[in-house]
Amino acid sequence: MESKPLNVHSIESFGTQDGPGIRMVVFLQGCNIRCKYCQNADTISLEGGTLTPIDDLVKRAVNMKPYFKNIGGVTVSGGEPLLQADALIPFFKALNAEGINTNVDTNGTVTTEAAKKIISEVSDLVMFDVKHTTVEGFEALVKARGLKKVIENIELREQSGKPYWLRYVLVPGITDSDESLEWLAQTFGNNKHLDRLEILPFHKLGEHKWEMLGEKYELQDQEENTQENLDRVEAYLSKTFKNLVIK
Amino acid sequence: MSSQGFKSGVWEQEINVRDFVLKNITPYEGDDSFLVGPSAKTQKLWDVCKEALKEERENNGVREIDTKTVSMIASFGAGYIDQENETIVGLQTDKLLKRAMKPYGGFKVVQKAVSEHGLEIDPVVTEAFSKYCKTHNDGVFDAYTDEIRKFRSLGFLTGLPDNYARGRIIGDYRRVALYGINRLIEGKKADLEGITGPMTDHTIRLREEVAEQIRALGEMIKMGAAYGLDLSRPAETGREAVQWTYMAYLAAVKEQDGAAMSLGSVSSFLDIYLKRDIDNGVITEEIAQEYIDQFVMKLRMVRHLRMEAYDQIFAGDPTWVTESIGGMLADGRSKVTQTSFRFLQTLYNLGPSPEPNITILWSDKLPQGFKDYCAKVSIDTSSIQYENDDLMRENRCSDDYGIACCVSFQELGKHIQFFGARTNLAKTLLLALNGGRCENTGTLMVEGIAPLEGDVLDYDAVVANFKIAMKQVARVYNESMNIIHYMHDKYYYEKAQMSLIDTNPRINIAYGIAGLSIVADSLSAIKHAKVTPVRNEEGLTTDFKIEGEFPKYGNDDDRVDFIARDVVEHFNNDLKELRVYKDAEATMSVLTITSNVSYGKKTGATPDGRAAGIPFAPGANPMHGRDTHGAIASLNSVSKINYKDSQDGVSNTFSIVPKSLGATEGERVNNLVFALDGYFGKNAHHLNVNVLNRETLMDAMERPEEYPQLTIRVSGYAVNFVRLSKEQQMEVLTRSFHDKM
Repeated sequence: MESKPLNVHSIESFGTQDGPGIRMVVFLQGCNIRCKYCQNADTISLEGGTLTPIDDLVKRAVNMKPYFKNIGGVTVSGGEPLLQADALIPFFKALNAEGINTNVDTNGTVTTEAAKKIISEVSDLVMFDVKHTTVEGFEALVKARGLKKVIENIELREQSGKPYWLRYVLVPGITDSDESLEWLAQTFGNNKHLDRLEILPFHKLGEHKWEMLGEKYELQDQEENTQENLDRVEAYLSKTFKNLVIK
Repeated sequence: MSSQGFKSGVWEQEINVRDFVLKNITPYEGDDSFLVGPSAKTQKLWDVCKEALKEERENNGVREIDTKTVSMIASFGAGYIDQENETIVGLQTDKLLKRAMKPYGGFKVVQKAVSEHGLEIDPVVTEAFSKYCKTHNDGVFDAYTDEIRKFRSLGFLTGLPDNYARGRIIGDYRRVALYGINRLIEGKKADLEGITGPMTDHTIRLREEVAEQIRALGEMIKMGAAYGLDLSRPAETGREAVQWTYMAYLAAVKEQDGAAMSLGSVSSFLDIYLKRDIDNGVITEEIAQEYIDQFVMKLRMVRHLRMEAYDQIFAGDPTWVTESIGGMLADGRSKVTQTSFRFLQTLYNLGPSPEPNITILWSDKLPQGFKDYCAKVSIDTSSIQYENDDLMRENRCSDDYGIACCVSFQELGKHIQFFGARTNLAKTLLLALNGGRCENTGTLMVEGIAPLEGDVLDYDAVVANFKIAMKQVARVYNESMNIIHYMHDKYYYEKAQMSLIDTNPRINIAYGIAGLSIVADSLSAIKHAKVTPVRNEEGLTTDFKIEGEFPKYGNDDDRVDFIARDVVEHFNNDLKELRVYKDAEATMSVLTITSNVSYGKKTGATPDGRAAGIPFAPGANPMHGRDTHGAIASLNSVSKINYKDSQDGVSNTFSIVPKSLGATEGERVNNLVFALDGYFGKNAHHLNVNVLNRETLMDAMERPEEYPQLTIRVSGYAVNFVRLSKEQQMEVLTRSFHDKM
């Protein structure tokens, strides 16, 4: 049976920021939410991208195997990759058959059967991007609902007994309150299969992409984190999270 | 056991340093925790050097020139930096950073270099070299044909060693330490006796060469005596082993100013002495590190007198004191010793530096502690390069080799190279589109290339013409090389280096090509898109109209990567068919040094969309900005070029911003090790690694005084960034810096 192609925005062959080791990162086109700070705004639209046969992507990944060793592998990011969960399942299975580790970088808001299957079963690693800690804050930041689904999906992964990471973008005045940090610690602090929490300090690197798309970048005047703030967050969270990385 | 407590072997019966190393090496499997900082003496000495380097920079790149003395092995007396703090002694002249005249390569070049600094050569020397002494340069131009001159002046062949010394030959400098010079003289005398009639050209020449070598060895003893050193006997201590080895190298750089004067692979040889002395309680780690720091400091101070035009091909005043470190022995043990670490440690103790050109011979099987330390040094200093030891050891059948110049294998003491600069393959492709005429001047370069029919370029027709052009360019290139090396042997024979190499060694001729990525992308455009040349009234191409997409080299796409691979194979085969002087075996490199800028200037618009005059990518690198799938895809494209078709080396320069290598220091080290293991696991040959922020380079352009030691790897060597011209700095800045996050 012919597999469905993936709608690919771009490929980064030397991914070192999206999962362990050296990874081929496949950015898929299309997202279901619109984070104000999105650094890949050009991947949001469901239009565009290049329909790419899974075999081509597997071949590329196989060419990179000597770089992966037993740590690296393939990360699918986006956009929101689980919007294409149907096509991802055979892709990940093919990669596993070649001995290549798989990882999906998701916002956690997709709850289709295929998406759940990837989260609970198919992907070797899942990285959930937790956008906010309150329903109101979440909806204001990403212009969509879904915090409840994110929590459910993380719980689904936790129950599966397979490893996952959480990522949290730290935006001063928006996501960095003491209450937010406390919520993170309380909600996920005891999870057994959470391997790493990454704090991603907010930056404006993606601003030019919004401009190129002729759209407004709402965080133009948003301040970035001071070292002091990062130290505060690290001091607090490291009490609960053993593997905490501030990027 | 030998008298010095070393394990016996055939090295005692014959000149065989490899056997000595094999029998006595102690591979080190640990990490960098044993290393120490610089001694007080080293720090004091380095302060003097830094002051002298500052003076040199402020004085237009030259501190002082001796305009009276023709530099030979023993023509200068002893010179010191600060004698009471010097553990290892010896300078090229009588003063730190004072440059010497070596006019046998070409007197006009020396005259020009001296006058560019507002000085005049002593009239006695001028008279001698104008009236009585003939030089290499004179000889070459006596013999050059009109055709060679035309290829040279129009930029098809560039950087040929016809007015400067060819370099590349690596003396086995370890021999002086292990055997002492008297024993080496005995060996050469026995060789000379054995070279008998019939007296053919070959035999006569060889007898004369060996006689010259014996004379050079005698001069080396004199040179050592000026410093109170008895080089006639073997080194007896660790300090002497370092000192003797350096003296042997010093003899070479007093006599010769070859473009590249590599050191070879001395660190693990010296380790045998240092380890013995440490184990016997004679010296401490601090002292061992002091010897190496001071040795390396001396290597950093090596200078040659160059004219300004030389900077076009070899920017930043490089000397290529290439030292190869690491690698594996054929028996499966590693060649990594504690002294391998000590050499790298100099980049912390003395700060980053382009010289010596430290080259790590990388193997998948190197000890993890060493791999991690190398990666850390790369990340912190951008001063080292890597070559595939597994590939070279297996293909070239030796585990005792150095790297000549940038990237080229040379078995130590057994093997030499004739340096061949390179030919411009992009211009060669344009011959195919212009009926064999130079695209800039219309000069007929190659006969028998029919003008192309129709407007749109037809791939098969272009390739057919390109093959004719390559064959003829190869022929002219070969002819020029034969003349150059014949004359170099005749007028500027490397008697000091050759005295430390087996008599009648094997020879490779080291041809090279530039513009590979442009050729590959151009042919890919012609094949996969629709390319229409724009021609001037003479019918010469001035631009190209490209309609449609085409795959570009650097994205791990076989459709174009295999074009690059096949062009290399084809041109190498053309070269291999041609007979070389002294029956040297042809090898070829894909390497540009920094001439990618000047090559670009001399090359018209190309069918890949590159405008006239734009610099080429360096070495085998993809063209800037065309590798859109990230660093590994780019590395994978380069790795497809077969080493068997380019045994002189395939140079690739990889620049990445620190953050892109990983989030934490540990991850950055791990990821760089993975990248090196991966790249060489794909049978790739060479990699320069720069870990730098573009902003740092931009700031260094603005405020060079703040960055005296900022080092960046270019094509097979490293330079002080602030010593590049503005134009070359800009070219470095436009290169692909992998900065995706």
